[in-house]
Parts: sequence; structure tokens; C-alpha cells
Amino acid sequence: MPATAPRVGLFVTCLVDLYRPQAGFAAVKLLEDAGCIVEVPAAQTCCGQPGLNSGDAATARDLARRVVATFRPYEHVVVLSGSCAGTIRRHYPELFADDPEMRRAVRALAARTYELVEYLVDVRGLTAVEAAFGGRVAHHLSCSALRELGMAGKTETLLDTVSGLDRVSLAHPEECCGFGGTFCVKYPDISERMATGKVQDIHDSGAEIVASGDLGCLLNIIGRAQRMDVPLKGRHVAEVLAGDVASPPLGEDEED
Amino acid sequence: MAATSHLFKENARRAMLDERLQGALDKLKAGFRVKRREAMARLPEFDALRDAARDVKDHTLAHLDLYLEAFEAQVRAQGGHVHWCRDAAEARQAVLDICRRAGARTVTKGKSMVAEEVELNPFLERNGIEPVETDLGEYIIQLRREPPSHIIAPAIHLRKDDVAQAFRRSHEGLAEERSLEQPRELLDEARAVLRERFLAADVGITGANFLIAENGASVIVTNEGNGDLTQILPRVHVVLTGIEKVVPTMEDATTLLRVLARSATGQEFTSYVTFSAGPRRADDPDGPEEFHVVLLDNGRSALLGGPFRDALRCIRCAACLNHCPIYANVGGHAYGWVYSGPIGAVLTPAFVGLEEAVDLPNASSLCGRCEEVCPVRIPLPRMLREWRTLAFGRRITPARERWGLALWGWLAARPRAYRAASALAAWGLARLTRRKGALERLPFAKGWTAARDLPAPEGRTFMNEWRRGRRR
Repeated sequence: MPATAPRVGLFVTCLVDLYRPQAGFAAVKLLEDAGCIVEVPAAQTCCGQPGLNSGDAATARDLARRVVATFRPYEHVVVLSGSCAGTIRRHYPELFADDPEMRRAVRALAARTYELVEYLVDVRGLTAVEAAFGGRVAHHLSCSALRELGMAGKTETLLDTVSGLDRVSLAHPEECCGFGGTFCVKYPDISERMATGKVQDIHDSGAEIVASGDLGCLLNIIGRAQRMDVPLKGRHVAEVLAGDVASPPLGEDEED
Repeated sequence: MAATSHLFKENARRAMLDERLQGALDKLKAGFRVKRREAMARLPEFDALRDAARDVKDHTLAHLDLYLEAFEAQVRAQGGHVHWCRDAAEARQAVLDICRRAGARTVTKGKSMVAEEVELNPFLERNGIEPVETDLGEYIIQLRREPPSHIIAPAIHLRKDDVAQAFRRSHEGLAEERSLEQPRELLDEARAVLRERFLAADVGITGANFLIAENGASVIVTNEGNGDLTQILPRVHVVLTGIEKVVPTMEDATTLLRVLARSATGQEFTSYVTFSAGPRRADDPDGPEEFHVVLLDNGRSALLGGPFRDALRCIRCAACLNHCPIYANVGGHAYGWVYSGPIGAVLTPAFVGLEEAVDLPNASSLCGRCEEVCPVRIPLPRMLREWRTLAFGRRITPARERWGLALWGWLAARPRAYRAASALAAWGLARLTRRKGALERLPFAKGWTAARDLPAPEGRTFMNEWRRGRRR
């Protein structure tokens, strides 16, 4: 490892931690392959997004302070979810509009925080990955990654270098999948219709696998596809880019 | 209109089961969205124009008193009258007084969201004055006694046969054998009836897209020319509008007009853009004898200086409605008040109270598309979050949600407890998802399982695996 290797703090995020450890390990591999020293600070929990989006700004601020402290030692912070990265980059500064000292601290954190693919492409200058992945894959970019991080097209540049991967495009990539955090359980019938539209769009593309950098969207899309009896499986983008397919994809139940 | 926003969930559910409405809403995507995108592609500097439009509005709102007084002085200098109204009741009364002084029996109306906001039509009717809407969409919903379901396309929830039915029910002397199947036939029928009404009206009431401080002009845009007939033919012209519509100069108005038409319908310019300033002068070929501007506050000035100030930049183009996945599924009526879609979800709690309308800012996935298309760059998602914060602070947020957040906040502040809880959850969910149907029995999971299965998790947490030394 060269002496200039950046020390990266990996923010695994709640859903990857709880649901999909494999995506976390795939991300570690990708970062190490890109020349980073990866550390996973043990004090990390949640970025505070549920509080931010549900109006509990006080708790969101408390957690933001914890995130600032937890990731202070790292040159870069890499987040395994577009919406969590968006929370740190876009919304932490808003949360501390009246607190100049914290605003400086969260801005400093925001300036070195990246979503995984964004980091690999924009900071590490990655243009290709060495991985193989068979199958027809559609990519779903979360609304946060698209609109808060401006990531349109970035993931595709890497996906297209995975050998054996047949990438298909969606007709309506800019449409929300209907996850929206607690929105999907507070307004399930509206969310259902949005998710149905997304599943149909993905299904119409001919994809067998949908890859996304946001596990919330992915659980929503795959869960809806299962209910609709659409044979669609899901993987975190990190797994596909790392060619890491040790665990079965999301949506592959034991009876399959 | 009396708000039914507290019934949002119920209204939305009904709307989603309404096949006719759903068919009508499909038009949004193929129509407005595509046309806006094409219009943008034809104007490479569109984004710079949006910045300029935002800056015009920001500057005006920062000096709103100044520009309103300048506007008033110009209107008076030209022989017009300005009526300042604090609330809906004052605005209704001001219009009624003008109508009474003019001895009016019928008034024609151009499309005006502010007139809907103050419930002008039922008030005039109760006072013996017949209002006649002249915008085709507004006319149709007036016949059906419905509120508008969209800011620029008030009857977008209807289909041709709904319109034909409304005409057959209301138009006296409409022969039964007369075909009303083609749009053209509907248009001709409406035109024939409305022509008489235009000529009979004593007072014409329009809204305003902009008021211009430097010359006292009010500006309306229409694609039917109905606004012009409404304001030119009667003896009296009343402009009823909100105080936030003023802009400093003609130049500023044209900047906003350029983004308005493109954002709304995808046109480069609206078919009819009409400037009117004061009553008819001696050498004018036509125009009204009296010119009144009724300026409505109704809570707008209270938004200045607060977190919702930027919502006053809104120029009512409806791009946020047209691109909103929530609006596209539930339509405008579900929102339960005059303004719908993302801008309605921001304005309605301000106008009718957060307790009444708390569902509106919550019923959003915060996808951000509204802000992305807004011609004056209103940060709509930030404002939806702001309402949620106010609701949480005022304990309007349901107790169950507040408890859930408290538990999550407690755990997230204690990494060891959090680790243990997530490990337990990962294990439990893995077991539950293995047995089909087990999850449905958990009470908190209902919102998820109503529409979705829950894919199986791996069963262990990343953090624990990492701590144990697993690296792949």
C-alpha cells in the first residue's frame, strides 16, 4: 500500500448493517482495491435521517454531532447509501443554521463525505472495475443520489466495465420508487402504486437483477416485485461492482 | 372553500380507486412533462433564466411594501382604485361592494386561484349576483360545482363525456340529438353559451399573474382569450390577486413570463398575454370605465421573514404538480383545499392550519423532483420537512410515531445497545421472513406488508461480523 493511501472511514449505514453485510464487505474490497486504508469506526450508528424527515430535528442534530465526532479522524468518509450521504452533505448544514460552530464542523464533514460510487469515480478516479457478474442488470439510482448528490450516469460507467454484465436501461429512471423512508409505511397505498410503476419499468427493461446503491429503495422494489410475482432479484451496487455473489440476491427466498 | 385536508388519506384512497380519474391523470406524463422538457431543450439558457426569475422574486419580496405602494400610486394616478384586504372576508366584501355600486347582476370571471381561495362564487351567488366562469376548464367545474383539481388545468380530472354530461344538464335548449363527442363540438357549445354571457356581464373579474410597480399594470396570461373578453367588455374590471404578485418592472415581468409558459405548458409564450393599466382613457378604442385592484394578504405577509418565505416566489405554473408522483396518483382534490401538489402541501398548512393539513407535508417521499423543475427554485422538500418539524414540536405528529422516534433516538445514541438491537432484529427478521405470512401478524409491519413482501436479510449484522474479523 503506498504511503499516500487515504484513510477512509466507512459509514456502513443502518440498512446495510442490518440487512446486507455482504454489501459492506464488497465496499471494503472496492475501496481497498482503489488504494484506500479502510476503517470501520465502531461508534457509528445512524446518520439521523429518520429524525430529519419526521420532524424530530433535535434528535437528528444529536446524531449529527455524534457522526461528526465519530468520523473526525478520517480523511474521507464513504457512505453506503445515497440518501445517508445526502443527509450529511445537504441537510446537516441546514440543521445547524443557527449554530456557527457546529455549522463549520458539519460543513467540514460534508466536504469530505461521499457515496461509495461517487468516491470511487470522482475522488479515486476509477474508470473500470475488475469483476465478473453474469446476467441482465438494471440500475436504479435513488432520488437522493440523483438530485442531492448529482450522481446521474456515474454508476453506469463502472457497471459497464463488469465482465459478463448485460446492462439494460430504464424508460423512466428519474421516477421515485415510492420508498421515501417512513413514507412507505405511513402512506402504503400511494407508495404501493409508485413501487408498482417502478417494478413494471424494471420488468419491461428485461432485467433479471436490479442493482442500487440504496438498500431502502432495493427492499421496496424487490418486496413489491415479490408481492406482484415478478421474478426480479436485487443486489447492492457494491456487490455487483466487486463481483461478490457469495450470498443469494435479495428476493431469492429459500423455497426458490 | 372549507378544507377537507384532514381527510387526505381517505380522499387519496378513493382517488386511487377511481378509474376515470386515473385515466385522466395519465395525461400529465405524456402531456405537460414532455412539453416542458422539449421547451427546455429549445432554450439552453433556461437554467440561467430560472436564476434570474428567482432573483426578481427574492428582491421584490425583500422590499414588498415599497413595490406594493409604488404599484398603488401608479394605479391611482391612472384613475384606478386599489383595495387592501387582510383576509378572505374583506376581499369578498370589496368585490361585492364594487359589484353593488355598479348595479351588477352578472359578472364574468377569468380563471383566478385567489377567487377560489376566498370562495368568491358562492358568496356572490348568496348576494344575488351570478358569476360566470369564462375559462373553459373553470366553466366546466363551475357547472359541476367542484373546486379546481389543478392550478392551470382545473378540470384535468374530467373526461370528454363528463363535460358533455355537464353541458347537457346545464345548458337550456341544448338539443338531445346534437353531438358532443368531439372536443371541437364541446368547445363550440361552450363558446356559444359563453358569448352571450360575455356581452351581458356588468363586471369582469380576473386574477393577475403579475402586477407591475413601475406602471401600475396587471398582467394575465390565457390560452383562450377569455381573460381579454372578461376585462374589456364589461363596464367595470376588477383584478383580484395576492400581494406577492407584484414585480418592479416590465422587464422583470417578461423574465418571469418566459419561465412561466415553458414551465407550465411548454409553450415559449402563452397565447394571450394581456397588460391592463387603469380604466379606458379618452383615446382608447375600448376598455372598462372603472378599474379596481383587490389586493389580498390572507396570511401571505405572515410568511415573510419565516421558513416559508420562498413559497411566495411561486408563479403558479404547476410544474411541481405535473412532476409530483404523489399528485400523479391522487390528483388535486385529495389535497382538500385550493392549492394541490407540492406547492399546495406547503401553502395549505399555512392557510388552513397545520392540524387540519398535517397529512399534506407528510405524504411525500421527498424525491425532490418538484424543486428540480420549479422555475423560481422554491426549496419545496425543505419546506415539507419544516412543516414536519413544526408538527413534531407541536405534538401533532401521531403518538406512535413520536414513540418510535424516541426509541430509535435513544438506541442510536448508544452504539452498544444499538448493535445489540440490530443484531436481534437481523436474527428475528431472518426467521420471520423464512416463514411466509409470519410478518403480517406483527402490528408495526402492516404498512410494509400491505403492499410488499419483506425480502430475507442475511441474518447477521455487518458491524458484528466485522468485529469478529470477517473481511469478505
